[in-house]
Amino acid sequence: MAGILSRRQVLNRGLALGCSTAASPLWTPVSLAQTPGENRLVVIILRGGMDAIDVIRPYGDPSYRLARPTLANDAPKADLDGFFGLHPAFGDLMPLWDRGELAFVQAVATPYRNKRSHFDGQDLLEGGLVEHDASQGGWLNRALQFVPGAEMRTTFGLGQGLQRVLAGNAPVAHWAPDADLSLSAQTLDRARRVMSEDPAFSAAFTQATSLSSGDGTLDKMPDQGKGRRHVSIARYAAEQMTGDTRVVAFSLNGWDTHRDQPRGLALAARQLSQAVLTLRSALGESIWDKTTIVTMSEFGRTVAENGSKGTDHGTGGAMILAGGAVRGMRVFGRWPGLSETQLLERRDLMPTADVRDMTAWILRSTLGINTGDLEHSVFPGLQLGPDPGLFL
Amino acid sequence: MAFSPELAEIRFGCGLSPVHAQPISPDVMINDLFQADRAAQEFPVEPFPAFRERLVQQKRLARAMRQARTPAQKAELREENRRRNKETRRESISWFGQALLRWTHTPHGFRERLVHFWADHFTAQGNRGVMIHAGLPYQEEAIRPNLSGRFEDLLFAAVTHPLMVHYLDQRSSIGPNSQIAKKKTKAGLNENLAREVLELHTLGVGGPYEQADVRQLAELFTGIGYVPHKGFIYRSKAAEPGPETVLGKSYGGEQARFGDIRAVLKDLARHPATAEHLARKLVVHFVSDAPPSDLVAHVASRYRETGGRLSEVYRALLEQPKAWDPSLQNVKPAFDYVASACRALAVPSDLLAGARPDQLRRMFLKPLKMMGQPWLRPSGPDGWSEDDSDWLSPQGQASRIGWAMTVPVELTPDVIDPRRFLDHALGAQASPVLQREVHGAETRADGIGLVLMSPAFQRR
Repeated sequence: MAGILSRRQVLNRGLALGCSTAASPLWTPVSLAQTPGENRLVVIILRGGMDAIDVIRPYGDPSYRLARPTLANDAPKADLDGFFGLHPAFGDLMPLWDRGELAFVQAVATPYRNKRSHFDGQDLLEGGLVEHDASQGGWLNRALQFVPGAEMRTTFGLGQGLQRVLAGNAPVAHWAPDADLSLSAQTLDRARRVMSEDPAFSAAFTQATSLSSGDGTLDKMPDQGKGRRHVSIARYAAEQMTGDTRVVAFSLNGWDTHRDQPRGLALAARQLSQAVLTLRSALGESIWDKTTIVTMSEFGRTVAENGSKGTDHGTGGAMILAGGAVRGMRVFGRWPGLSETQLLERRDLMPTADVRDMTAWILRSTLGINTGDLEHSVFPGLQLGPDPGLFL
Repeated sequence: MAFSPELAEIRFGCGLSPVHAQPISPDVMINDLFQADRAAQEFPVEPFPAFRERLVQQKRLARAMRQARTPAQKAELREENRRRNKETRRESISWFGQALLRWTHTPHGFRERLVHFWADHFTAQGNRGVMIHAGLPYQEEAIRPNLSGRFEDLLFAAVTHPLMVHYLDQRSSIGPNSQIAKKKTKAGLNENLAREVLELHTLGVGGPYEQADVRQLAELFTGIGYVPHKGFIYRSKAAEPGPETVLGKSYGGEQARFGDIRAVLKDLARHPATAEHLARKLVVHFVSDAPPSDLVAHVASRYRETGGRLSEVYRALLEQPKAWDPSLQNVKPAFDYVASACRALAVPSDLLAGARPDQLRRMFLKPLKMMGQPWLRPSGPDGWSEDDSDWLSPQGQASRIGWAMTVPVELTPDVIDPRRFLDHALGAQASPVLQREVHGAETRADGIGLVLMSPAFQRR
């Protein structure tokens, strides 16, 4: 990095001086041909409620240290922009920040208020509606319905469970990196007929046979060592994205830090950092330049730390953006302040933007979905705010 | 839609067995809950008081390590700690084998299902050290003996259990005006347990509570704690002086008392919203993801009438025709799937009881993880999903089919004829298509695999 500005940094500086996103010669609308385009989007759901205030620490806010007597002091700050500093466990991502490939959106929330339940919060986050309705599926699936030429392998939901953000009518591949199915040709035919009696089983079976490489048996299953799941998912995701896949969603757990947050958050942060860095190295530079990674969590956490060196369920949180397509080295969003009167119910970070609004702008840039479809179908009832300028 | 012994065993029990008799009526199923717990006696799991001794030793070693004078002494103690943890891990795998055998050989399948239902409702997990392995001993102490009494007793046993107190951080929740807080200024509340008691254990997330109730209940809960050598304790020095108002009712006075915690749990247990929440959850779990609303209403009203007497609540469920829709409904979660396969195979108890930990790991624990249900490790306090689609993922199905094709033949000394096995596993539920495919299977292993992967075997 020393001394030489990368293409990105030059662009960043240009944009900071007022170029608009749409005018950038490198921004290409993707909906010209009947293909899903070349941009890659990775959505990572951080389950448990990420403590945004600890991840991107508002050192510049005079109330921060008062609210966080223990948590504010556990390590020296890695400065981002003079006001915010990055949690030390994300240190491995600082080179991305320096290259302009990492950004944050502060003080965002879904429309979920008051009850602060993980499970309702996640339903709303992934459903993308104001009132959750499981029959409407997830917002990412609704978005895929507007991507021309999208097929099953265009999108992967990865992990042992189903990613609800991808539930819905658009075809999606649900798979786990270490899953496999090996049957002889005859048994495969018999199995298909057995499953054909039940449509739900038949659909899952058909997908399993088409996604499986079919070269493993139960005994040979790769043993994913403890805690490495995120790396194997990232590696598998990158492998697919080097081919026909354009959209990937998976989730990372461990963000519900009620107790001993310095330890718990560091563990979760390292997993996320490793997943991002694995994606970056496995995708290679040319694809990375077209890639957007976005994280979101069901809610933020209480501004004040609790009695257990932790924090309880709150409201306003943050999104993390990474990737070559992102306009990095920025903390986006309007900071509401941390003094007691500035908080929501004198307790939580006041949200100043809707996660869905930010997400809509991301879908617009990455998947080329137009404003009308975003406002009517993907996030029905949402009115897009002004362009936050998240992209180069 | 009427009671049938076969459906009783499939939908409300552990699945069909070629060696164990089926219940002959709903009344018998309820009466069996009051009989001796034969499965637990025959396949014992370490009870929690014995398990606590492991926590005592862990604490002793931790203290000794802090006081060790030489590095060599410290290393020796660390080695002992590692050895003990390893031993506990090995033994906990054998307890898993016992849990599997209870499913395979219980004469009272409904009881086993209720244990799993309530253990999941009151999900609690250890986060570190020996406590990681406390799951089954916790169930033995808090869940299993309280299945058929009043819900308030089950609630109290689970919420105040050391594993729950540990899991939901209650031990570090200190009343802001308590004696401890006067000396330790950074001490304060932790809302975790109070929130989950309202949201998950009692009223349900749609219930009539606010953030202020969570906060007040958290204050009321201060004092709940445990120590390894005693188990549960009430720490009056950590307790917030009262009164606290939860759902509009005031509890306690200037002096915080343990009785106030019992009182609020009893009121929460008897709240109409709790009746509704639990009735719905029971019907979803046992009958269908789309629960008939009159069935839910019937179960909920019995709950209210009896003040949450669980055996009567179950009776209300079992006596309703809508509970006996003959078409199979819910998809079995992964453990229930694997364990009901063992039951259909009548896996001999000495085979599982004599299995080494690495064998149990290879044949069961790793496959369960691949199927999306690592044993006793759901991702949060809400436990496992009731939603069929979560057990119908392509990756999960690939793992089930892989298991069904390879592991069962290792579990039976003489591999059974698949045509007979079809009858053992499915009885009248075997469709003509399935019969034809099983009869034509190339090998016995494939035939058994086809039976077990079939939608009819995966649903109940």
